[in-house]
Amino acid sequence: MSSQDIPEENLPAAQDHAHGEVADEQHPFADPGLPPHEHRVQDIDEKAAKRSERAVAFLFTLSMLATVGFIAAFVAIDHDKSVYVFPIGHINALNFALGLTLGVALFCIGAGAVHWARTLMSDVEVADERHPIEASPEVRAKVHADFKQGAKESAIGRRKLIRNTMFGAVALVPLSGVVLLRDLGPLPEDKLRHTLWNKGKLLVNMNTNEPLRPSDVAVGSLTFAKPEGLEEHDEEFQNEIAKAALMIVRIQPDNIKDKRELEWSHEGIVAYSKICTHVGCPISLYEQQTHHVLCPCHQSTFDLSDGARVIFGPAGHALPQLRIGVNDEGYLEALGDFEEPVGPAFWERG
Amino acid sequence: MSTHESTTARSRGKAPAGERVADWADGRLGIYSLAKANMRKIFPDHWSFMLGEVCLYSFLIIILTGVYLTLFFHPSMNEVEYHGSYVPLQGQLMSEAYKSTLDISFDVRGGLLIRQIHHWAAIIFLAGMFVHMMRVFFTGAFRKPREINWLFGFLLFVLGMFTGFTGYSLPDDLLSGTGVRFTQGAILSVPIVGTYISMFLFGGEFPGHDFVARFYSIHILLLPGIMLGLVVGHLILVFYHKHTQFAGPGKTNKNVVGMPLLPVYMAKAGGFFFLVFGVIAAIAGIASVNPIWSIGPYRPDQVSTGAQPDWYMGFAEGLVRAMPGWEINFWGHTLVLGVFVPLVIFGIFLVAIAVYPFIESWVTGDKREHHILDRPRNAPTRTAFGVAWVTAYMIMLIGGGNDIFATHFHLSINAVTWFVRVSFFVGPVIAFVITKRICLGLQRRDKDKVLHGRESGIIKRLPHGEFIEVHEPLSQEQLYTLTAHEQYKPAEIGPAVDENGVERKAKSTEKLRAKLSKSYYGEESQIPKPTVEEYREITSGHGHH
Repeated sequence: MSSQDIPEENLPAAQDHAHGEVADEQHPFADPGLPPHEHRVQDIDEKAAKRSERAVAFLFTLSMLATVGFIAAFVAIDHDKSVYVFPIGHINALNFALGLTLGVALFCIGAGAVHWARTLMSDVEVADERHPIEASPEVRAKVHADFKQGAKESAIGRRKLIRNTMFGAVALVPLSGVVLLRDLGPLPEDKLRHTLWNKGKLLVNMNTNEPLRPSDVAVGSLTFAKPEGLEEHDEEFQNEIAKAALMIVRIQPDNIKDKRELEWSHEGIVAYSKICTHVGCPISLYEQQTHHVLCPCHQSTFDLSDGARVIFGPAGHALPQLRIGVNDEGYLEALGDFEEPVGPAFWERG
Repeated sequence: MSTHESTTARSRGKAPAGERVADWADGRLGIYSLAKANMRKIFPDHWSFMLGEVCLYSFLIIILTGVYLTLFFHPSMNEVEYHGSYVPLQGQLMSEAYKSTLDISFDVRGGLLIRQIHHWAAIIFLAGMFVHMMRVFFTGAFRKPREINWLFGFLLFVLGMFTGFTGYSLPDDLLSGTGVRFTQGAILSVPIVGTYISMFLFGGEFPGHDFVARFYSIHILLLPGIMLGLVVGHLILVFYHKHTQFAGPGKTNKNVVGMPLLPVYMAKAGGFFFLVFGVIAAIAGIASVNPIWSIGPYRPDQVSTGAQPDWYMGFAEGLVRAMPGWEINFWGHTLVLGVFVPLVIFGIFLVAIAVYPFIESWVTGDKREHHILDRPRNAPTRTAFGVAWVTAYMIMLIGGGNDIFATHFHLSINAVTWFVRVSFFVGPVIAFVITKRICLGLQRRDKDKVLHGRESGIIKRLPHGEFIEVHEPLSQEQLYTLTAHEQYKPAEIGPAVDENGVERKAKSTEKLRAKLSKSYYGEESQIPKPTVEEYREITSGHGHH
């Protein structure tokens, strides 16, 4: 069928005036009503419609093939094989194949359905009426009357004793649920104030697992330490290291500006809590020249040569210092626990 | 009676099988009255109405893939030694949660794909909701009768954020563990109850042995359960209210113009589900997301640089990074303002979205239903507020990635942070002013187009040598569309004397409302629509351009 002999019912409809007002001198901005429906090529040319049909069927068929491909890839591809894909680089071959085949299988179903809807299903716009959400005055009056009748029959307004005790009972009963939550965890008590450190505990190098001597700590290096006796396999390792993690640097004693810091150091070796006083990230960036350390999470910056006071960022107070010395065998040891809580501040910290 | 029944039964017997099944179901469920109202329900067409669908479909994809992941994931913090197929982590100590995530990624065929679809879909879900909410906000689709549905959507967005957060915390990798530590530090800053909440949430000190299992039940049951209920409610209300539409010829506040659910939207919306799923599956096949194996298991004393949360938590991160470290010590207590203030602003920031429809309806005093969408330009103050909010949000996103910005653009981290601190206050104000100006400019142009026609680009030389551009009059459709919007008049403070002639004092809320109303609808805030008189005067003239 060529476009020459279009059946009459397929021709564009005449302007639909029924829906709107016609513009005139009085109403130049009047609503002209729904515009006439414009036919698509598929509506008037069966050849085009056939083409659309074939395109939709092709997409659905492609989806079927992709699903077969998915299953084949699942069976055939080794799960640790990698493949080079430009421009992404080396990626897992199985994941790539599965993702692509599944993607094509799903996408083609969608594309087929949408193409079908757009080219072959009727695209005549129709208007549906809306109805107000709120009820008519009669219905509203009826509901109000029914409710009053029900309330009256229950006598809840008249028998206040019943009402009040009921409210009381219903208000109290959830308390049982609240009480049940009590055993979610222990009370804070002074748990946040103590760490594993105390007098005589050796400073153990985190990397080598060996006790540290002053000679192991060079100027310009950042050493991480843990208290002696704390091992990775311990049940409570994570909880303890979360508070006890230590960073050690050596600063020329002349360069230490804070008097107490100097007192608590040993030959310029100072030990500070590694846990940021902001929200508890481990601090790990050290600037050798300035002795500044930076928390990589929120960029709080502390000056280790000046009592670890905050010089930038959102932290609220200095890092706690651990008082250290050397024992008889020449190993670095703690001279007590931290004097203040490590890590983020909290209400009871004071 | 019995003969009559048997005849119907016999005639039914000839009906197609599908019809008989439907009849059977109708006799028990009453599906026909439901179908009568909805099967040919009309939906209007506009590209922006797809955004909500993206959210719905990514939510479904998340549920489907999430169920699959629960079959393999072990929500346990027991420390185990790794002996799986990923060589670089051989012999490492890690939690079972982390190990089972490695197994899903390396030993379950297709496990990595599903994990990545799950994560990508979550990212797209949140982004979809963000953009969908912007669409609803800027077109005024939240107005009566849809305020409750706006709240449902708001809750979905907030719960989505926390579901995402609890989800990406589950693998117990170094990055997510750092995020959990950050959350714990933020909880500690809450006055009076902070330490208690922390102890109860983590079952003791951080990190403890419980949080993965607890986050797991929150992530897979509690929050998605609530969200599923909200999604259903959201959709029921969309059906019940019927969809909004933009102004246009034949479209009124009392009708909805579009195409029927069956077949067009069944095919388009149903097909769109597959399009979204297909695209996400392809992304998950190509682009890796959250490669926990290269991050390593969580240790509270270790961290990597450039630690970033998923994007939707970025603005909270920014608030925390930008805030100066204020701490007040008094009577043996510490008020950790440096962390607590961002926590409060985070809440205010979100609640502002929730309450906005109620504020605007109070300012306008408008109790009517609105089904015709505003063009953003026609509500300049609302649009400006929205853009100001988005600006503050975006600035905080930059703040949340201040280290990334510093390293990628070779800037000082301090400079980036200070920029964020200042522009958090200045940026929204500038954005507000500029947006309002642009809206008013666009309103003026619309008015111009209505009165003088559209610029045709044709330059005509008049006999006396003057060059003019020919303006073509608009069609009636366009004239109607450009003048269909309503314009409010600023509310006035009530009369200074009451009905008895006694002087009365205007309440302060009344004054505030009048002031707000003026800033919304005063002379400075909208360009009066062209009137019929203006139009007639110009067009009846002498072919004026």
